[in-house]
Amino acid sequence: MVIDEVDRKIISRLQSGIAVEEEPFRSVALELEIDEGELLRRLQGLVDRGVLSRFGPLLNAQALGGGVTLAAMSVPEDRFEEVTEIVNSYPEVGHNYERDHHWNMWFVLLTEDPEQIGRVQRLIEKRTALEVRLFPKEKEYYLNFQLQL
Amino acid sequence: MDFLDREILLKTQGGLPLVSKPFDEVARTIGCSPEMVRERFQKMLEMGVVRRIAAIPNHYQLGYRLNGMSVWDLPDEMVDELGVRVGSLDFVTHCYRRPRFLPDWPYNLFAMVHARSREELDGQLLKIQEILEGNCRAWDVLFSKRILKKTGLRMAEKRCFD
Repeated sequence: MVIDEVDRKIISRLQSGIAVEEEPFRSVALELEIDEGELLRRLQGLVDRGVLSRFGPLLNAQALGGGVTLAAMSVPEDRFEEVTEIVNSYPEVGHNYERDHHWNMWFVLLTEDPEQIGRVQRLIEKRTALEVRLFPKEKEYYLNFQLQL
Repeated sequence: MDFLDREILLKTQGGLPLVSKPFDEVARTIGCSPEMVRERFQKMLEMGVVRRIAAIPNHYQLGYRLNGMSVWDLPDEMVDELGVRVGSLDFVTHCYRRPRFLPDWPYNLFAMVHARSREELDGQLLKIQEILEGNCRAWDVLFSKRILKKTGLRMAEKRCFD
């Protein structure tokens, strides 16, 4: 891993976010006892090196009025590449993971309109002749994106 | 959400400028006042449209190469209480109640765990089991084998909220 103790402190602290202030990094730098310039340089370095995917607003699809659901398929081994290509071709498909299970393909569907979820599900089912199971969240028990570093 | 909110999110969803006055910088590219940008962000945070303005770590780059989707079959009347407790564990990043597909999918609680090794992950699953005690009727864990596509939540350029 290419991060040092200071980077670690910065990531730990900034996972919970900044306040909306004119100079939001100033208080964070004070808290971490480093220079604000160094904080910003290091932050940019972490983004450039891909240690952070980004630094910015984390959006909530449902609050934005869109549809979001987890979906799963059970894809025969010999059709896996073909089906992956079809599923990934839909812009509504976000993260897609191969998982070690009978239900071996798991992806997130994100649509502008909640009603479009079912439409994308039916399109994928039609093109692959496989079942697409939807696992919409019924309840969220705290989202804790904070990695312990 | 109006046009300005949308503009602000479009300009910043890829990343906030990493300068000492980031909201001023955003205001300059949009052509409105910094106060306006901050006011809108504050409102969107309160509304929950923006969860937070924060560092989004790349788990994989940080050494957390294993992710396991653990799934648990809990009695309906207990899932909320237990879900909150599982969700508050520091290694659980997402925790949701989702529908069952009977008979082959009895699980109603999903908890995503991230670890640097299989041993670490097994330890995490044990901790979840301790919380669930005798209430869990069946469980499974689905390890990630491969990332097939990775795109975060993005607002489409043409998206219209009106």
